[in-house]
Amino acid sequence: MGTAEIKFIIKQLGEKKAPLLQVLLAIQDATPGKYLSEEAVNEIARILEVSRCRVYSTASFYSEISLKPRGLHLIRVCTNSPCENAGKEEIHNAIEQELGITIGQTTPDGIFTLESVNCLGACFMSPAIKVDDTLYGNLTPESVVSVLNSFRKEQSYGCI
Amino acid sequence: MGVYNQNLVFNIIEEYVDLTAYRLRGGYVALKNALEQQPEHSIKELKASGLRGRGGAAFPTASKIEMVRKNEETDRYIICNADEGEPGTFKDRFIMTHVPFQVIEGITIAAYLAGAEHGYIYVRHEYPEVQEILRESIKKAEDAGLLGENILGSGFRLKLEIFSGAGSYLCGEETALLSSIEGRKGRPRVKPPYPTQSGLWNKPTLINNVETLANIPKIIEKGAEWYRSIGTVDSTGTKLISLSGDVVNRGLIEVPFGITFVDDTRSILPNVHNRVKFFLHESCGKCTPCREGLRQANVILNKLLSGAAVEGDMALLERYTRAIQEASFCGLGQAAGNSLKSSLEYFHEEYLAACKQESHGEEETA
Ligand SMILES: Cc1cc2nc3c(=O)[nH]c(=O)nc-3n(C[C@H](O)[C@H](O)[C@H](O)COP(=O)(O)O)c2cc1C
Ligand code: SF4
Ligand code: FES
Repeated sequence: MGTAEIKFIIKQLGEKKAPLLQVLLAIQDATPGKYLSEEAVNEIARILEVSRCRVYSTASFYSEISLKPRGLHLIRVCTNSPCENAGKEEIHNAIEQELGITIGQTTPDGIFTLESVNCLGACFMSPAIKVDDTLYGNLTPESVVSVLNSFRKEQSYGCI
Repeated sequence: MGVYNQNLVFNIIEEYVDLTAYRLRGGYVALKNALEQQPEHSIKELKASGLRGRGGAAFPTASKIEMVRKNEETDRYIICNADEGEPGTFKDRFIMTHVPFQVIEGITIAAYLAGAEHGYIYVRHEYPEVQEILRESIKKAEDAGLLGENILGSGFRLKLEIFSGAGSYLCGEETALLSSIEGRKGRPRVKPPYPTQSGLWNKPTLINNVETLANIPKIIEKGAEWYRSIGTVDSTGTKLISLSGDVVNRGLIEVPFGITFVDDTRSILPNVHNRVKFFLHESCGKCTPCREGLRQANVILNKLLSGAAVEGDMALLERYTRAIQEASFCGLGQAAGNSLKSSLEYFHEEYLAACKQESHGEEETA
């Protein structure tokens, strides 16, 4: 993510008056690895005329914002009671086993990052997870593995 | 649900009610009626309806609108609180995806009544599909002259925008939400001043829950008397209930106030533990009772569930609970304390049994 791109995004959100949190989310979204780099933080602080400390403090408060690079696909496992009671532990274990990583880690091939998330408002199909922007519900240890595989397949046809 | 019921407010039947279908259901009749009258007229109707906030505190909605309206400062804001994050709840998600125009019409009427010309729908970041539907719906309402400049030729205008949260449950608390929009950490502020007096950028601000605002068009369209005929004397209208426990009956139901539902509760301690971990994770750490009390409660619950607890732990947990409940700065800590307290009261025996148990089958989840 170059300076020009950051400038462009902020300009679209209202230039100097652009709301900080929306700027952070938009730039994270546009950055490969879905995170905020140190350069991005510096540039945001400069353009919005706020301190870097302020940008960091806001960015680190919110769990949807990451200050370190994430994988190509972000898997989020819901951890609240309705999902837990519906078998979350089993699907969580199946994911960890399949990918060989735990919460907060990224697979060595850089394809998946695993995170936990609060109730996705999808408890009518517990246990639920989210991969990028898509919800998957009523999961079993078997079906969650095929969900992961569908992203792997997409990857091998992709062009990275 | 199934068929359209004249005595419900939402009637969530179809997957998505578009603008045309919404207008065939009587949508936007209320906005037209409201704009043809002085705001006071509709505020009176809302007051008579008995509508109370659905975001948790059950505050009378008409009074809140009136407080904003009566403020001398004419630069005012309206915010629709769509940060829905309470575990097990998806009612606002359903309202926004199924009847988005009912939410937007409600916001528009409330804005007219409060005299606000700028508004936000604060939607949690975990709901990108909801944000998308709302963005499209705002655009369609603008194109139809129902939002934006000179709404329905009345001269009233409302600029409505989506503001995305970023994964903080605490930002659903109204003052934390304001800090979040202002670009700071989503930490609660001291009340008073209340947002109605000094809200976003210190301007008078009306903040209401999605469900609250979406009730308004139906009340204005069908009248306070109709609305009062549903529910109880103190709690008028209907309530949306998210059912998530029992697999057979999962989903959203709309019932008149006064009908209670018991969702599936199994062994209580793992659920209490899960909730404590949730609150601990979402605590902003600003005050000690919430931050440290929840940390200690988590330790004790871990012991209870692993069979390592001794009898004194119960008394200790009760002490921490009282501190969390009574000394927390904001509603998050208070809610955490309340839920611990009621579990200790209603499931006393289960706690006692866990204290005495040598070892328990429950596994630790980090
Ligand atoms: C920790 C916490 C989280 C909250 N989350 C929400 C929420 O997601 N949505 C909501 O409408 N109100 C939430 N509230 C309540 C709001 O502070 C506020 O009372 C409400 O938005 C007012 O709207 P109403 O009058 O329509 O109920 C929360 C309160 C607390 C203490
Ligand atoms: S009660 Fe908890 S969430 Fe609320 S201000 Fe105190 S530490 Fe923060
Ligand atoms: S508890 Fe998992 S989606 Fe609600």
